[in-house]
Amino acid sequence: MAVEFLVRMRGVKKSFAGVKALRGVDFSLRPGEIHALVGENGAGKSTLMKILSGAHAMDEGDIFVDGEPARIGTPRRAKELGVGIVYQEFELADDLSIAENIFIDRLGAHGIVRWRDLYERAQRVLRNLGFDIDVRRPVGGISVAYKQMVEIAKALSANARILVLDEPTAVLTPNETEKLFAAMRSLKEAGVGVIYISHRMDEVFSVCDSVTVMRDGEVTGGGRIADFDVDGLVELMIGRKLSTMYPPRTAAVGGEILRLERLDGDAFSDVSLTLRKGEILGVFGLVGSGRTEIARAVFGGDGLRGGKVFVNGAEARIRSPHQGKRRGIALIPENRKEQGLVLDMPIKTNITMTNIRKVSSRLGVVSAKRENGAVDELVRRLTVKTRDTRNPASTLSGGNQQKVVIAKWLNTDAEVMIMDEPTRGVDVGAKVEIYNLMNELTARGAGILMISSELNEIIGMCDRVLVVDKGGVRGELPRELMTEKDIMKLVVGGHGS
Amino acid sequence: MSDAALAGRSRLALVRESLPVAVLAILIVASSFLNRNFLTGQNIFNLLRQNSGTIIVSFGMLLVILTGGIDLSVGSVAAFSSVLFATLLDERQNDAMALPPAFGLTLLCSLGFGALVGYLVAYRKMASFVVTLASMTAARGGAYMISHAKTIPITNETVNAFNKSSLFRVPYSVILAGAVFLVVAFALSRTVYGRLVKAIGSNETAVRLSGIRTDFYVMSVYMVSAALCTLGGIIESRTGVGDARVCQGLELDAIAACVIGGASLSGGRGTAVNTLMGVLILGLIGNIMVLMRIPPYPQQVIKGVIIIVAVLLQGQNKAK
Repeated sequence: MAVEFLVRMRGVKKSFAGVKALRGVDFSLRPGEIHALVGENGAGKSTLMKILSGAHAMDEGDIFVDGEPARIGTPRRAKELGVGIVYQEFELADDLSIAENIFIDRLGAHGIVRWRDLYERAQRVLRNLGFDIDVRRPVGGISVAYKQMVEIAKALSANARILVLDEPTAVLTPNETEKLFAAMRSLKEAGVGVIYISHRMDEVFSVCDSVTVMRDGEVTGGGRIADFDVDGLVELMIGRKLSTMYPPRTAAVGGEILRLERLDGDAFSDVSLTLRKGEILGVFGLVGSGRTEIARAVFGGDGLRGGKVFVNGAEARIRSPHQGKRRGIALIPENRKEQGLVLDMPIKTNITMTNIRKVSSRLGVVSAKRENGAVDELVRRLTVKTRDTRNPASTLSGGNQQKVVIAKWLNTDAEVMIMDEPTRGVDVGAKVEIYNLMNELTARGAGILMISSELNEIIGMCDRVLVVDKGGVRGELPRELMTEKDIMKLVVGGHGS
Repeated sequence: MSDAALAGRSRLALVRESLPVAVLAILIVASSFLNRNFLTGQNIFNLLRQNSGTIIVSFGMLLVILTGGIDLSVGSVAAFSSVLFATLLDERQNDAMALPPAFGLTLLCSLGFGALVGYLVAYRKMASFVVTLASMTAARGGAYMISHAKTIPITNETVNAFNKSSLFRVPYSVILAGAVFLVVAFALSRTVYGRLVKAIGSNETAVRLSGIRTDFYVMSVYMVSAALCTLGGIIESRTGVGDARVCQGLELDAIAACVIGGASLSGGRGTAVNTLMGVLILGLIGNIMVLMRIPPYPQQVIKGVIIIVAVLLQGQNKAK
């Protein structure tokens, strides 16, 4: 018996500690449909999917699976109902084989593993997805694309009929992306409903049948993909015209401020680049391309194997973040919750951490008065929305947390700012504020190295872009020649050989 | 986050923070009903004096625990210090001038010991549990070697005078413990050092990427802990002997005190006041059980149960 909808969610509401994450969301998925779920980070897509997969409980609303009211309270129940989800962070055991990972909860009957049978089953699932790989290999040694396939296979082997893919292509090369799309299309033939979360508009239009757009916990539009165009979709996502997103670049580019000469590290080799005063230099690369490792190495976060770093023309031996900071380098790390902030500590403690001596006596006693003065000024300058800077940093929204991380470094006199995905998980309003701040900083002579995997952002903000892949610089484009196509072509070029 | 949610959160935090104080207050009231002799000044001072060594050592433990580590070697280092101090005094027992070098050398020894442990934990990234498990054995062994497994009498008059004297009826050892408490409490609330130690325990990566030499701070807490063990060990020698067998199981009391005081073993959370409360709660329970004539072995069982209950209570608070 065919049903019209695999899943219907109606009026779903969810709050976290008083913050409304979902304000009454309707969503439905048909069998054999690839349905795009798009929206800015923080729009509520992940929360909605976590409710569907049983990771979160909703406050209000109804869910119907196959037309029947369903109570999804636990991940286990969701699995029984046929919901499979592949998160951005894989949940795989690196030391176990591919086959064991796929069938981790059903290794064998009566507590005994029949290895040959297990391997055969695993091989079959992967082959149906169009991937052929030795399933006895440990997961730790395979590429990201394969890991993702293992995750998908794991979900499908549990008879998932509703498959959620959360930004699956963020970590994939164009070739691998095509393979994933082929697998998605064959799932669609088999009647599986796929919910596809992505930021890449070209992908949404090439692979999806329908779309739902979310913003600030609400659905702002949706329907058949053929009824939309890119600009219309983006405007629904951000609630404003795309042209007002990126402020014009006005800073004058001056002399060299940072130069890397043939840098070698664990995840990259032979990286050379020059950053000038007043310049925003973009570094575009996929996850795992080495972009983050390069940034951390320059700052002193990871060890260098070889090569030289010059700051203001003088060679700098930077072996620790402490030394990086003293050379006037700042790092806004990619993951603010794990690397940027001490979430349990007060906002003001986080802000003054980089330069706590400035607000302390010589004996190391913190002066509350001087600290408050410095903090209040930065909070005002960056318009951090908080009632009291004594509250823990965890109480702030994503955008305001990111502003605090930036404030930490404005409190130093850093001239080189390395920003690793500075606007990830930040709402549109805060994004624009961060872009404005970047312009302000460069206008004062700072140089910014911006790492990003968002092409729009690179094209909108950078004076130059370097494309990084497999731990090396694959090419460079000036502002005039930056287009989505040309940037991606440099990534593909790196893989063509 | 809404105002109401925030207010609720901080009120909850306040309750959690003041829980150990409340528990201690209840225990004091309860014990004064159990035994009329309890609330005498003499008994209170006895309680404080009996626990002054533990108090001092617990503050070192607190700093280590705040960074997310643990120091199992405190009892052994205290015993080692006690023996070394007594041995160094041995030659010139009646010379007041012999005190500073003997004390200084003992302190230097344990600082070196703490530096080695701290170096292995901070710079070589070894697990503190393993390193201090090893150093616990080694220090105790060293103490037996120095003392040839005998007690070493301390007949130095100045030392014995210190142990017997008091200021306005407050024993010197209690004053010393109080001073350590004040210094640690001030350090944690007002100084760069204390703030960074707590921050490291909360999120070491973020602190390191703020350009702070986290390894140096992590190493230092093991040195502070070892130094406080020296103080604690010498105070524990108040019976007038250096003894390799003293302070057995002190590490457990110190860890229990921190935990009862609400410190998180994963680091970042814990206060000086509540750690002090933790020591006193443990000590007071022991005291009550003695007054109630409970034999020693059941006492240990009850103590164990109380530690678990204390942690359970805090766990519930933590989970909102």
